[in-house]
Amino acid sequence: MDFLHSVLVKPFTDMAAAPDFLLQVLWEGTVSGVLYSLIALGFVLIFKSSRIFNFAQGIMVVFAALTLVGLYERGVPAWLALPLTLGVMFILAVAIERVVLRPLVNQPDIILFMATIGITLFLIGLGETIFGGENKRMITQELGIPTGSYIFEPFGGFVSIEQRDITAVVGAIVLVGALLLFLNKSKMGRAIRALGDDHQAALSVGISLSTIWVLVWFIAGMIALATGIVWGSRAGVSFALEVIALKALPVLMLGGLESVTGAIIGGLMIGILEKLFEIYWGQPLLGGNTEAWFAYMLALLVLLFRPQGLFGEKIIERV
Amino acid sequence: MLYRVAGQFKTSYKADYALFPVRQDAWLLTFILLLAFVVFPMTANEFTFRALLIPVLIYSLAALGLNILTGYAGQLSLGTGAFMGVGAYACYKLVTIFPEMNIVVAIALSGFFSATVGMAFGLPSLRIKGFYLAIATLAAQFFLVWLFQKWAWLYNYNASGAIQVPNISMFGVPVAGPNAKAITQYYFVLGIVCVVTFFAINITRGRIGRIWKAVRDMDIAAELVGINLMKAKLLAFFVSSYIVGVAGALFVFLWRGAAEAELFDIQLSFRVLFIAIIGGLGSILGNFLGAILIVALPVLLGVVPRMFGLPISSAMVEHLNIMIIGALIITFLILEPHGLARYWQIIREKLIIWPFPH
Repeated sequence: MDFLHSVLVKPFTDMAAAPDFLLQVLWEGTVSGVLYSLIALGFVLIFKSSRIFNFAQGIMVVFAALTLVGLYERGVPAWLALPLTLGVMFILAVAIERVVLRPLVNQPDIILFMATIGITLFLIGLGETIFGGENKRMITQELGIPTGSYIFEPFGGFVSIEQRDITAVVGAIVLVGALLLFLNKSKMGRAIRALGDDHQAALSVGISLSTIWVLVWFIAGMIALATGIVWGSRAGVSFALEVIALKALPVLMLGGLESVTGAIIGGLMIGILEKLFEIYWGQPLLGGNTEAWFAYMLALLVLLFRPQGLFGEKIIERV
Repeated sequence: MLYRVAGQFKTSYKADYALFPVRQDAWLLTFILLLAFVVFPMTANEFTFRALLIPVLIYSLAALGLNILTGYAGQLSLGTGAFMGVGAYACYKLVTIFPEMNIVVAIALSGFFSATVGMAFGLPSLRIKGFYLAIATLAAQFFLVWLFQKWAWLYNYNASGAIQVPNISMFGVPVAGPNAKAITQYYFVLGIVCVVTFFAINITRGRIGRIWKAVRDMDIAAELVGINLMKAKLLAFFVSSYIVGVAGALFVFLWRGAAEAELFDIQLSFRVLFIAIIGGLGSILGNFLGAILIVALPVLLGVVPRMFGLPISSAMVEHLNIMIIGALIITFLILEPHGLARYWQIIREKLIIWPFPH
């Protein structure tokens, strides 16, 4: 009875007792949710256009952030380091397409998946060899991102919101909006969607596979850079970020591998729910740190009822 | 010449399905076993045992377990590290609760614990397929490692949170723990690996193995010809997790000597997956080839630059190591997606017709 009370009743009375704290938790959850969504978005774009389950997306985030900071530390001014990093991400996209993807066209999914794990390891090694493995500070102020915080006092309580988090959320919304506009309205975007729908039909009407792949990997690189800047300013830049980037996997599964909407909603859901679970159930009942597995268990639970994720395309199997 | 099959006639189906249809294969295996049982122990030193021979065997065993699940039954798993952890922690609890239990029995029993856990996390495979299934094993990976940290009973409420292998003797000879000699441990691991490999070969080439392959190639078609998917998939999870659990117990008890939860993190899962894929999915031999490559590479990278007098710091070696393994994985996938085992097949085919290829 006591146990049931502490699972079913007490967390909710706690929430009602301190609504300002609840708001703070929700905000924190939203911010990390936005970041999960961004990483998952990179995955979805690549998966849609090439059926490659790109494990390297998380590492591209770290690699982009590390390149940016590394360039700045070597004396490149911040305004120049940003386009230079984008250039590096473009070279990376071209290199991946030429060296890895092109020879592996038409291989089974698991082989391509393994190849992206190979890319992951290569990028980790390369990044650490060039820029060193220690934790670095993200150049937040130098890029002109405000770092103060706003304080609200709803319900006679206290909620603190960091300005850089607001920048992150607004930036993410702008980025996603631009991306959706690009995918739905531009010619290139239509080509990407066509490839996602039917590979062979798209090829037969003259859409260039390699151009689209480079483009898609470059867009994923841009998203990675944006994510890296935001995440780096919260937690510093190092390869420890990789574990957080793995969280994008349950986000994807929850939302459905092919769906941009799914990635966004899945990210927000996981971000908010795992924070709530950790604060109100995990810490008092399970000894904390439940964020390590909650997202995966949630995704697993949802998949049991909807095997294609919340917004994924219905899986039709033929023999 | 060496591999000529002319003159080896088969007069029954039984002979055709034998484990070694070509006599030279059996000789080759005898030669390898002689190397493993006699030559290596006589020539190897302490460092070679601890850094090369024992880890190669243990990683091969873990990869063998994974290969049964992923290579034969076609179910992708990213949670091998955690299942190894279940085996190791189960063995630790068994040994500390029943100190007089024989270590072989403890290791064999601990496999059942990981097999049960593996089967529980394999249940979603009946509904979830392909990459979506990876999430089930990932959930196992992160949840179990979290459990190893938080459930103090598992590590007997140690202040350090790590499990420490006690001194264990078998028939008066120290086998595990700080007192054990490397050569005893090597023979112990080698014995278990040989037995498990023998069973694995025979399971995979028999009825069950063919059922798994049918499920891997197309599970709906397999169901239509009357294969019970639930039984087949769960059995694959059971057998695979059992072998992985045994490998985990060996990993801690006969090699590392101590372990904390972080040892079984996702990096370990990936290392085992690399071994299985570089070696060749759906092949038993491949696991050994892959393990030799993945274990020997860091050792070589540490030794070779020093031989040429290049000053490379150990951190740099670590970074280069990761980078080279990544590049190697990509290279191997491009050159031969079926892994090292396929290379051996090609070489063997060539040898059989050599020197008259037409």
